[in-house]
Amino acid sequence: MSFFAHYNYHLAIILAMIGLYTMISRTNLVKKVAGLNIFQVSVFILFISLGVVEDGTVPILSEGYTAYSNPLPHVLILTAIVVGVATTALALALIVRINEAYGTVEEDQVQAKDEEP
Amino acid sequence: MDTVVDILLLAFLAVCAIAILRLRDLFAMAMMFGLFSLITAGLFTTMDAPDVAFTEAAVGAGISTILMLATLAQTARREQPVTGRSKLLPLLVVWVTGAVLIYGTVDLPAFGDPSAPVHTHVAPYYLQQSTADIGIPNVVASILASYRGYDTLGEVVVVFAAVVGVLALLGLRARPPRVVRRPVRRLDQHAVLKVIAKLVVPVILLFALYVQFHGEYSPGGGFQAGVIFAAAIILFALVFGLDEARQVIPPRVLQRLPAAGVLIFGGTGLLTMLLGGNYLDYDMLRESPQKAQQMGIIMVEIGVGVTVASVMLLIYFTFAERGRHRRPDGNGDDGPGGAAE
Repeated sequence: MSFFAHYNYHLAIILAMIGLYTMISRTNLVKKVAGLNIFQVSVFILFISLGVVEDGTVPILSEGYTAYSNPLPHVLILTAIVVGVATTALALALIVRINEAYGTVEEDQVQAKDEEP
Repeated sequence: MDTVVDILLLAFLAVCAIAILRLRDLFAMAMMFGLFSLITAGLFTTMDAPDVAFTEAAVGAGISTILMLATLAQTARREQPVTGRSKLLPLLVVWVTGAVLIYGTVDLPAFGDPSAPVHTHVAPYYLQQSTADIGIPNVVASILASYRGYDTLGEVVVVFAAVVGVLALLGLRARPPRVVRRPVRRLDQHAVLKVIAKLVVPVILLFALYVQFHGEYSPGGGFQAGVIFAAAIILFALVFGLDEARQVIPPRVLQRLPAAGVLIFGGTGLLTMLLGGNYLDYDMLRESPQKAQQMGIIMVEIGVGVTVASVMLLIYFTFAERGRHRRPDGNGDDGPGGAAE
């Protein structure tokens, strides 16, 4: 088992780290949500990669095929995508309200306004 | 060949992700985000997961991107440069976390290894027993709606809870304080867009219904159909205006649909209990357990489809409605009353 047998997992981790860096290094809240989404997609890719079976096919049973990819991660991830967009919408709704209350969506400016007497 | 496509798509994803990180123009970033999701959908297809690819294409490239653009239209178009912050600390955190995670993959079985523990536990049971227990070819649908019905009910309730949160924060009809009604800007002056939308929207709606009702035999089901259906209506609303879309689906009806879908799902479970079975154990619904399972799956998938489609639409309408009634002291260009503050 060589190190290169894990390239899919490694690239998913690289994506996750780009997402994490976007989240912690930027102050714009919309950008943070985009970073969170990149992180989320990388987790989806990791899960689907774990379900892949060599020479397998789509898990829809039909004659002439015996090897199928693992259907369980597919179920988990397709529901997670829909839940993900619903929670992203909630985050964006909070951002819209923050903008209405503070007039900015930059984290440090919001904090500065909070600290004003 | 598969490996080459795989690595190429993952490399594209990394480029897109770095572009999202670096772009200061947030509108461009949102478009890049749509591209990122579309490539992800392609990647899922190469990894034999068409159900997931459908969902990601409709949600990521469609609905998420639109919601992000709707938020940007109400907030700031450009990101302000980060000042007075250490650049080293985030980099350090990311490198350390990444290194630990990569170290963690050393113990994982090789990519695609058929003897990996994950493929020898419950998955073979589902693949072998699905035909005898339920009799439908799409194993993803049979796990989603029958074997793991509890989990799916939980997910649907989470989606429902999220829309309740969005409505509580933004409100469908509530007007924010000190509003100026902006002139409605629509895309319907563009003949090309109008013609294409007219051609495409009915086909997408038909495809959504196919995905919903043929989901037991081909990739599909309530989640996928719900997001595709919502994407079609959102396209219609973008091109022809919010008011026209509201005439298609009145808000009064739309607000009740998410709860109705959850009720159909949960009610199916209660029905099986009343018939003497366990919660969401469909065997009691009909004489033969196979037919009963199929009937239960269809009922549950309809509940899922109704909730998902209406939640996505409700979220979009709420964001779009909020955008039409902006506060005059907001960023960017304002309506004619902008100076009244």
